Amino acid sequence: MSVTKKFLYVNRRPPYGTIYAWEALEVVLIGAAFEQDVTLAFIDDGVYQLTEGQDTTAAGFKNFSPTYRSLGDYEVTKIYVEKESLEERGLTLDDLQHLTWEDEDDDWAEKDSIKLVSRSELAEIMAGQDVMFNF
Amino acid sequence: MKLTIQVNEGPYQHQATDSAYNFAVAALEKGHEIFRIFFYHDGVNNGTRLTTPPQDDRNIVERWSALGEKHNLDMVVCVAAAQRRGIVDDGEAQRNGKDATNIAPGFRISGLGQLVEGAIQSDRLVVFGD
Repeated sequence: MSVTKKFLYVNRRPPYGTIYAWEALEVVLIGAAFEQDVTLAFIDDGVYQLTEGQDTTAAGFKNFSPTYRSLGDYEVTKIYVEKESLEERGLTLDDLQHLTWEDEDDDWAEKDSIKLVSRSELAEIMAGQDVMFNF
Repeated sequence: MKLTIQVNEGPYQHQATDSAYNFAVAALEKGHEIFRIFFYHDGVNNGTRLTTPPQDDRNIVERWSALGEKHNLDMVVCVAAAQRRGIVDDGEAQRNGKDATNIAPGFRISGLGQLVEGAIQSDRLVVFGD
């Protein structure tokens, strides 16, 4: 399978309440084995998926938020968070987990995975994709 | 055009599954190729043969099975989503020690890789759901 496509996974929903966020992450992790050009975007309530310090004890759900930290090991290094969605919810970058990846072409330097982008920048990113998954 | 269709919602609860079916029928009529139909999230509930809708309503599951047989479609139910929701074939029943199966004719249970492969191999991935 030599085709490489640009894959964008768009995450739009909060992490709990429905299973979409968790099952979306499962697609990303499995999909990583196919070595496509993968980008993740978090918009609307989807930005809550990346928040630091999630505690699901009272709800009785599995807290899957630590899994996002392994994305770098799966070579998922481009994670775009929509700036307006964060601001509309009173959040900043500091409220999100610090996700990183190691760049083997740069002496394994640790680099940030999350990049804030504006709504219009994200529209351009979307326009440049081959495949979009919406969750 | 070669298409992969992803169905993310359950039957009757949500129109997405009807829209996906109607789209599939129309695409085939127009001469397009359907590489795969992948059922994910509650969409896996499209693949249980135990569904018994009232007689004056459409039978969504049988409709899929008939379309699949007519056009030799590859209709895949996601294994991880199916395990959570109790969609079981012989292999899954054996692996997980279940006393019954319910997979409908024409469906098969397989992994998420089938969805990703479908997206790679097809000209378009068409997703139905919210």
